[in-house]
Amino acid sequence: MTANGWFQIFLFLAIILAITKPLGVFMAKVFSRERTFLDPVLRPIERLLYRVTGVDDKHEMRWTEYAFAMLLFSGASMLLLYLIERVQQFLPLNPQKFGAVAQALAFNTAASFTTNTNWQNYSGESTMSYLTQMAGLAYHNFASAAVGIALAVAFVRGIARKEKETIGNFWVDMTRSALWVLLPGCIVYALLLVSQGAVQNLKPYDTAKLVEPQQVQKTGTDGKPMVGPDGKPAMDTVTDQTIAQGPVASQEAIKMLGTNGGGFFNANSAHPFENPTPLSNLLQMLSIFAIPAGLTYTLGRMTGSPRHGWAVWAAMAVLFLCGVATAYWAESRGNPLLHGVDQHATAMQPGGNMEGKEVRFGIANSALFATVTTDASCGAINGWHDSFTPLGGMVPLANIMLSETVFGGVGAGLYGILIYVVLAVFIAGLMVGRTPEYLGKKIEAYDVKMAMLVTLVFPLIILVLTAISSVEGFGTSSISNPGPHGLTQILYLFTSSAGNNGSAFGGINGNTPWYNTAGGFTMLVGRFFMIIPMLAIAGNLAKKKAVPATAGTFPVTTPLFTVLLVSVIVIVGALTFFPALSLGPILEHLLMAAGKTF
Amino acid sequence: MKKNLITAVLMTIATTILLGIIYPLVVTGLAQLLFPRQANGELLEQHGKLVGSSLIGQGFTSPAYFHSRPSAAGNGYDAANSNGSQLGPTNQKLVDRVKADVAAAQADNPGAPVPIDLVTTSASGIDPHITPAAAAFQIRRVAAARKVSEAEIEKLVQEHTQNRQWGFLGEPRVNVLELNLELDERFPLTPAK
Repeated sequence: MTANGWFQIFLFLAIILAITKPLGVFMAKVFSRERTFLDPVLRPIERLLYRVTGVDDKHEMRWTEYAFAMLLFSGASMLLLYLIERVQQFLPLNPQKFGAVAQALAFNTAASFTTNTNWQNYSGESTMSYLTQMAGLAYHNFASAAVGIALAVAFVRGIARKEKETIGNFWVDMTRSALWVLLPGCIVYALLLVSQGAVQNLKPYDTAKLVEPQQVQKTGTDGKPMVGPDGKPAMDTVTDQTIAQGPVASQEAIKMLGTNGGGFFNANSAHPFENPTPLSNLLQMLSIFAIPAGLTYTLGRMTGSPRHGWAVWAAMAVLFLCGVATAYWAESRGNPLLHGVDQHATAMQPGGNMEGKEVRFGIANSALFATVTTDASCGAINGWHDSFTPLGGMVPLANIMLSETVFGGVGAGLYGILIYVVLAVFIAGLMVGRTPEYLGKKIEAYDVKMAMLVTLVFPLIILVLTAISSVEGFGTSSISNPGPHGLTQILYLFTSSAGNNGSAFGGINGNTPWYNTAGGFTMLVGRFFMIIPMLAIAGNLAKKKAVPATAGTFPVTTPLFTVLLVSVIVIVGALTFFPALSLGPILEHLLMAAGKTF
Repeated sequence: MKKNLITAVLMTIATTILLGIIYPLVVTGLAQLLFPRQANGELLEQHGKLVGSSLIGQGFTSPAYFHSRPSAAGNGYDAANSNGSQLGPTNQKLVDRVKADVAAAQADNPGAPVPIDLVTTSASGIDPHITPAAAAFQIRRVAAARKVSEAEIEKLVQEHTQNRQWGFLGEPRVNVLELNLELDERFPLTPAK
């Protein structure tokens, strides 16, 4: 660990702190339909959209209609993505002439992008046409993020409103998220990325003549290295380098700002055309946390208690710092199984565990990126989590297991942590023996049951499917790293799918009928089965009368509340997942220290 | 209910046109106008032919060139198949591969510990950079192969060392392809015909 590394980490958090309030105020205005400086440009587009799609923007919805509209929109757009993937060979903007995406893979990808997961069982540069990337995948980056923000806002309205039956209009919230919050930022941000070297074009792949032609071992049709008749490796001379191109920056911007994480290329944000410089890397990490951090302020402002928003922010920041410190420490120590190498940090090199990491990012920025991308439900990567040290790799996994409440996904993070807030307030109420209250609303049996439903379904689906996959051949045959690491690969796959994260222990072969189907199903459950109970709480809270705060009310604006919230998140997560973690990364760490390999 | 269904279909189509087609095309237009070199991949030409991109690494094996990191992209530095090794820290394959690469690298500097980035694969498989430590490790070999003094090669390496962006972002690094192209310009291996 170096002073400069820590400086970069704290600089990152300081910038997030600085942008929380302005962004939060802006979003509160957008969703309260107050005037903003973007109105002259965006209002005409908004009105046009409502006219063509038949939206009555004065109409208010109960939570059931809100949920229903959200499901219909998600269903329709998921179907369109599936269709585009299946017929991309007939559509324009396909200079590399890619064929149709196979059925199971197309389903998995459609589920993945609709649910804001962006799990990828394909390699972008060898599977998807430019049109599929733009109008299918990048479009869903906008749509799923806009839906997430809309849902968070609806939940906040449920808390803020008193004795009302409705929580807003889904179409209006979704449209305003896309037009005001996401689109303008993306245009500026995409151009900033281009200025750093992210590509943005529609041309076919380039072919360069290598400076020094390379001898490589031929690969057979089975994907294995070929051996000649004499038993020696069959060699081939490579003289050219095909350089994949595409409309990358525009997709990159919304991929990060919408906490989607689905890379244009297979290597995601490690690819120099997606994330070319340390500055682009800083921008990418900031854009993951920007909206979720801002939403905490929106929460405080819309419920009339800005200090509550900051108390929630503080809980998130505490968990963030614990994660990044662990990951940075573990990765800086390097891999004790490697000999004859220099893993010390000096002025000449960052040292540490550099397998699966890029030189321009080094250890600090790779550990920070891995923490940020899994605190939120982003799932983009700039270094492969599979090659992290056991404890370094456990940080992203544990982050997702805490339901990505640390800033979290756009919208999903806020409504995720609000479920924990309900539980924290409930537990505080039990401790003092009074009916729990939250911002003037009594928290009753119905609300707590719904909150428990959310917290129970999540581990249930992860642990059951991991258990099945780790004993059945169709599950274990996809493992690429044997030993405890193999269990971690499977556990990570289902955790990432259920948490709608999308990052992976990338060595596992997820493109099999079992993982495509089970993973796709998990993503849909992880998204929609969480949303419906959450909206039910929102609808129920909106109906309630406000009760005045008394001396017995547990205040939700104090450091004590922050501590309680952090404790509830950690205890629920630890009780649920510690046994699985101890068989995976923790066991691997102990065996690595003992010098054992697999 | 039916009304929401119709809206769902129409909203999907309308927003796909706006966000899935118009937005990326507008960004493409602006990018090509404002930053044409970057938007097209910072391509490098030498004697009129395309030899690569500043941002995409290439493999080198000759002692007269600086070597890049090992690559797991396709057959190595395949810029249409970006990938890392995906080997876990306790995988015997990782330990064996590093051992072999350390042995090969130590031929240049017997007994000296090899900078870790020089024997580990990058995340993209097309990492264009090595650390200044990994470049320094190779100076003696390159100087001997090119029959020039180590000081001259070291000077060239220093010219090609990028410091942290704005002095504090990221890590110091050396672009291998650009450095090797410059080597060929300044200290050609074969006399120009």
